[in-house]
Amino acid sequence: MTVVIEVRDLEKRYGRTVAVDRLSFTVRPGRVTGFLGPNGAGKSTTMRMMLDLDRPTGGQVRIDGSRYRDLDRPLTKVGALLEAKSTHGGRRAYHHLSWLAQSNRLPASRVREVLSLVGLDDVGGRRAKALSLGMAQRLGIAAALLGDPPVLLLDEPVNGLDPEGVHWIRGLLRALAAEGRTVFVSSHLMSEMEVTADHLVVIHQGRLLADTPLPEFVASHGSLEAGFLALTAGAR
Amino acid sequence: MISLASAVVSAELTKLRTVRSTPWTLAAFVVVSAGLAALLELSLRNAERRENWDPLFPAFLPLTIGQLALVVFGALAISGEYSSGTIRASLAAVPRRGRFYLAKLAAVTAVAAVASVVTVAATFAASRAPFSGEALEASVGAAIYLTLMCAFAFGVAAMVRNTALVLGGLLPVLFLGSQGLGNIPVIREVTQFLPDQTGWVVMHLAGPQDDPRWARDYGPWTGLGLLTLWTVVSLLGGYLVLRRRDA
Repeated sequence: MTVVIEVRDLEKRYGRTVAVDRLSFTVRPGRVTGFLGPNGAGKSTTMRMMLDLDRPTGGQVRIDGSRYRDLDRPLTKVGALLEAKSTHGGRRAYHHLSWLAQSNRLPASRVREVLSLVGLDDVGGRRAKALSLGMAQRLGIAAALLGDPPVLLLDEPVNGLDPEGVHWIRGLLRALAAEGRTVFVSSHLMSEMEVTADHLVVIHQGRLLADTPLPEFVASHGSLEAGFLALTAGAR
Repeated sequence: MISLASAVVSAELTKLRTVRSTPWTLAAFVVVSAGLAALLELSLRNAERRENWDPLFPAFLPLTIGQLALVVFGALAISGEYSSGTIRASLAAVPRRGRFYLAKLAAVTAVAAVASVVTVAATFAASRAPFSGEALEASVGAAIYLTLMCAFAFGVAAMVRNTALVLGGLLPVLFLGSQGLGNIPVIREVTQFLPDQTGWVVMHLAGPQDDPRWARDYGPWTGLGLLTLWTVVSLLGGYLVLRRRDA
């Protein structure tokens, strides 16, 4: 169950622009690791490279020692929620989960289970575009949980959620980490990270600024926000 | 390994089954083809001087219009992944891009082959053309031609990755361009080799091949061989783009 993600010297360049600059950190199981940085810091690019969606121009990511693309049934190892939408609007919610389950040879019964887990039992028959933003986010989380994976990568999961949804995600992330899973969550919202994360990885302009337990970070700077602003100002 | 590959193919079949564009495009394919054949049959029924005509011509001409819907089906199967963002979920679930591509191609081609056989049969029946060994050969050729055209469009869409671009490029250039310009003899020297034209000899649409005014530089089955080449090149191009580019 305990799976470590190692990011080593990860780099992504688009021509002369450096989006991710030799980033190295390790994400450990049993806790929520917050991936913090302003918009455009390279968080989403890093997460896409963790899933082998984008090819790094340097460095590598190892999940339990393997590259993502070498995982045999990846949904049973890593569940991911990406910021950008990844569901066909005309497809019904449970059909979206059905093809995902088939592709990784997961039992069809998992579809109902995860729909119920995220509170979407009643709207599973709706087409994706008829779901509210909050429901769509829950569908993305259902997809991430489909293979009961020991690792969860969630890019800005609270974006667009109402307070109830935010509260629900917070509880879910805490519960998943308490079960011993490796939970890696990006956000640009410091208040959210402050109450969800155990550990922080802070980046700015593609570079690592901090890789610290949250209590230490807060203690040395007074508050998460103060520390974050001090760090990013210094990096400029 | 084999069971995983078949799992990915069934996932791709589920994807095709669960979007509305699939029934719509496939229905349009068969209804437009057979409907035009029926109309053509009505208007030719009382025509004079039928003896100079190839009786198979009206049985296969409608397919050149109906195929537009099949090409849209093949292109949407992959360009829709990009426009909807599904590609990210697909590659996260099946990170081996070659495996994903082959599975999707297998699913699309299988559906296209079945739809083509049904459509060719329905169109032939609607045309009331006399059945013969020649008609059977042309029908088999037509079904192969249509299936290959769908795979060709799939490869182009995988290269272009944008629904509007692929349809805006393929439909006019391939179909209106080569059919319209193909009537000018000098241009026909070149356009006879365009993908959609390669199936015209086997479908009895290229005119009498013993008449030098119409004769093409290739025979019916060589024509399909040329289309196979086009398709292989397009599919390889699509694979290289999928392999190299960020999703």
